[in-house]
Amino acid sequence: MSGHSCSLLFPVEEDREYSMSDYQGAQARWCPGCGDHSVLTATQRLLASEQLKPEETVFVSGIGCSSRFPHYVSSYGFHGIHGRALPVATGIKLHRPDLHVFVVMGDGDCTSIGAAHWLHATRYNVDMVALMLDNNIYGLTKMQTSPTTPEGYRSNTQPMGSFLPALNPIEATLGVTNASFVAQTAEWMPAHLYATLEAAYKHKGFSFVRILQRCPVFTGDIYQDAVRNPEMIEMLEHPDGVEVPDLHQIYQNISRHDPRNMDAARELAEKTDRIRVGVFFRDESRPRYEETRHLPLHTTDEKMGILNEELDKYAV
Amino acid sequence: MTTNSGATDTATDERRTDHEVEVIRDRMHTVEIVSDSGEGAQKCGQIFGAVSAKMGNGVWTVEIIPAEIQPPARSPAGASGNRIRIGTDEVTNWGDRTNVCVAFNEQVLVARHRLDAIESGALLLVENMWKDHRDEDIRAEWTAAMDELQGHGYRIIEVPMEERCLTVVDDARKGKNMFALGMLAWIFDRDLDLTRDQIAHAFRKKSEEVYEKNVTLLELGYEWASENLDVRIDVPPGLEGEDMVVMNGNQAVAFGAVAAGMELAAMYPITPATSVSHQLGEIFHKFGGIVHQAEDEIAAAGVAIGASYSGKVAFTITSGPGLALKTEFLGLAIMSEIPLVVIDVQRGGPSTGLPTKVEQSDLLATMFGQPGDAPHVVMAAATIEECFHSMITARRIAETFRTVVIVLTDANLATGVQPFRRPTLDPVWMGSRPDMSPVPEGKPPYDWDEKTGLSQRFIPGQPGGMHTLTGLAHDERSRVAYASDINQKSSAMRSRKLAVLHSTLQPPKVNGADSGDLLVVGWGSTKGAIEEAVEAAREQGLAVSSLHLRFLSPLEPGLREIFQRFRKVMTVEINYSDEPDDPFITEENRRRGQLAWLLRANTLVDVDCWTRVLGEPLRPGVILDVIRSNLPKGGAA
Repeated sequence: MSGHSCSLLFPVEEDREYSMSDYQGAQARWCPGCGDHSVLTATQRLLASEQLKPEETVFVSGIGCSSRFPHYVSSYGFHGIHGRALPVATGIKLHRPDLHVFVVMGDGDCTSIGAAHWLHATRYNVDMVALMLDNNIYGLTKMQTSPTTPEGYRSNTQPMGSFLPALNPIEATLGVTNASFVAQTAEWMPAHLYATLEAAYKHKGFSFVRILQRCPVFTGDIYQDAVRNPEMIEMLEHPDGVEVPDLHQIYQNISRHDPRNMDAARELAEKTDRIRVGVFFRDESRPRYEETRHLPLHTTDEKMGILNEELDKYAV
Repeated sequence: MTTNSGATDTATDERRTDHEVEVIRDRMHTVEIVSDSGEGAQKCGQIFGAVSAKMGNGVWTVEIIPAEIQPPARSPAGASGNRIRIGTDEVTNWGDRTNVCVAFNEQVLVARHRLDAIESGALLLVENMWKDHRDEDIRAEWTAAMDELQGHGYRIIEVPMEERCLTVVDDARKGKNMFALGMLAWIFDRDLDLTRDQIAHAFRKKSEEVYEKNVTLLELGYEWASENLDVRIDVPPGLEGEDMVVMNGNQAVAFGAVAAGMELAAMYPITPATSVSHQLGEIFHKFGGIVHQAEDEIAAAGVAIGASYSGKVAFTITSGPGLALKTEFLGLAIMSEIPLVVIDVQRGGPSTGLPTKVEQSDLLATMFGQPGDAPHVVMAAATIEECFHSMITARRIAETFRTVVIVLTDANLATGVQPFRRPTLDPVWMGSRPDMSPVPEGKPPYDWDEKTGLSQRFIPGQPGGMHTLTGLAHDERSRVAYASDINQKSSAMRSRKLAVLHSTLQPPKVNGADSGDLLVVGWGSTKGAIEEAVEAAREQGLAVSSLHLRFLSPLEPGLREIFQRFRKVMTVEINYSDEPDDPFITEENRRRGQLAWLLRANTLVDVDCWTRVLGEPLRPGVILDVIRSNLPKGGAA
């Protein structure tokens, strides 16, 4: 697959069946300035660009601010329980491989209460897009430390500051056997966000995207320096990952990283000097769990025949 | 309890022996084969049971499972094997005590004796290599064991199993089970061709050489018995002609799931439920089905729910500890009206409890385990045959009522093997593919019928049905409820469905007279034992009947009226209840059996109970004693 580049302008093509507004669900109730708005817009734009039929698209989420996401998209949505979006999405995709499945999780959902599913979904490598909207805090329940809260950051549950170093979700995902797509982007870089979502959607397998996201109420300051100072950002570019030439003027730290190179990916993921965005790793040749599923081919009568043969083995 | 009542006569069997052979005729007889774990007693028992079923006997086979995975050799705790109860007619339970026991060492035999599993007068065939063993301690253990077994009227026969087996194999540990099978084949006059066929089936994955060796051992055991034993047992087959299949309850669940048209099972390994997935693993792919072994119990529920949400009803299989973990997901499925079938193969609890042993302690947890008001259906299979048919009913109810259906079975059904009438498959059981036609404009995803609470389910792929399903309180459009009356209404709609299901159920049929002194009420796998006990009580002239419930939520209709026709009503269950005369126990604080609890709440009848949690199925003889001591005083009604 070729790389994904894009322009900052939304494409407007009159002959298309679906426009962005066709994917407009309920009015989003996130706080003004919340990074989730940006992710929603980029996602709706992707849906329009790919002309995904709303009835064949399913957004699955857990619980948290970002998990309200499916309500705001006009498609099928599944707003389930905390941390468990990935098993639900796996069930949908195993039963209905024809559907386009997107998972939206927060950092609490994905890296804390649902961490086991994150690890295993990565290994199952079922074809879906998993977005982890990481604002480094529990927002809906009002400012409790999350696994990705920076060390020393004060919260209502750790008023003396977070005691442990923050969990690094990119490093962790890269450590899982059979990971096939691991990327990071930021909501304040909409062009990069879009290009990353597009690459994730086009990847055949489990596409894990961590989206750095500001919570204007509780963690507005965490990414503020990076938002103001493009020097703190490094874009990882490659034709097999993402390339966003339009951003080169603003973000001048650009490094070429071949997403096939797992060693380099892990090395880059560990570094803390800058925020790196782009596709860290991508390998479409990895086995996908849904390939083990062979959908029913028989008519009911044929099935009855097979079942009778099986029962014969237990006949007295 | 009546197993020794058969006519006894002495005859000379001229076909095979030249000595006097006593033939015991009995309509019901119980056999046990016990050994150390890994000596193959279970295989011997399974083959004996299968051959008996094929010959037209009623059969109930139950595993005797050691408490540990690798118990020390020759330890009472390591007793492993099978109990096989065979009858002229259908056998519905494991009975009380065994009439014949083949033991590979005296310690496992003593273990059975201590568990009161051996009938007075039983025929015990015990390996005698330990008697003169070179290890002094073992010789002493043998002597002590034999002393302990004295005085109970047992007919103990020492058998040189090891010595005989070593004439054809190098390692007798791997062959004694077939020698034992040979002895039993002679004693019960089993068809040797059928037995060889079953050996071939049991070792079908092994080489021809293995089969030949096992058949040689079988014949060796048969020959030894014919030359050395002076008693044979005749249980005339009475079930010939019926088209039957023989399997355990977990296999029946697996077959039932396929017959019900389900296509996805999600599970996490847990005893004693796991073998459902083993059976499915063998056959499911042929029907386009998949067994998903999830990373944990929660994920298994999630995958099943995701699958159900997007198409045909899926199911998950578990036991108590797993059910506890799935609780939040079940609440979601109930709240958002996603059909789902859950199989709970109950074991002893709470916590890890008795993983391999039977108990009926999950009833209230399955009904009330979900926080919040979470109405859903709970059914219990009473027989192995019902394990099969319950799946079809459960799938249909789940789909029709857009709800969760929990099917309770237990370790007794899961591991018990019994022949039952072969199901006549009906394509209707499989259900139709979900309706994917476009949704009429404006039709909401919870278009509740005000009267019934029922609504059509929209499935991804269905044009015009887009909505976001949510576990939050929601209105008929699946919008998050902010108005106070919406939760009241949606709760009513979900609850109403149970009332509608209730209105379609028939009052249960009383076993025995419609009125009398005592009504014994049961649920689940205890049916066979309760009914056998009630029948015995009635033969003794007692006015006792029984009632067995399949639907626990909603409860079957007409119970209060049935109860009022009896002077006393009590449940018999395998869960814990306080004894009325225990210290501190009063009428007010007594914790009763779980069904009794439910029935009292629902009928306002003073339902008593008798329960035990011994980790074994109930014995009909014990239930008969309970019936006698619970008959209300003051003559017949």
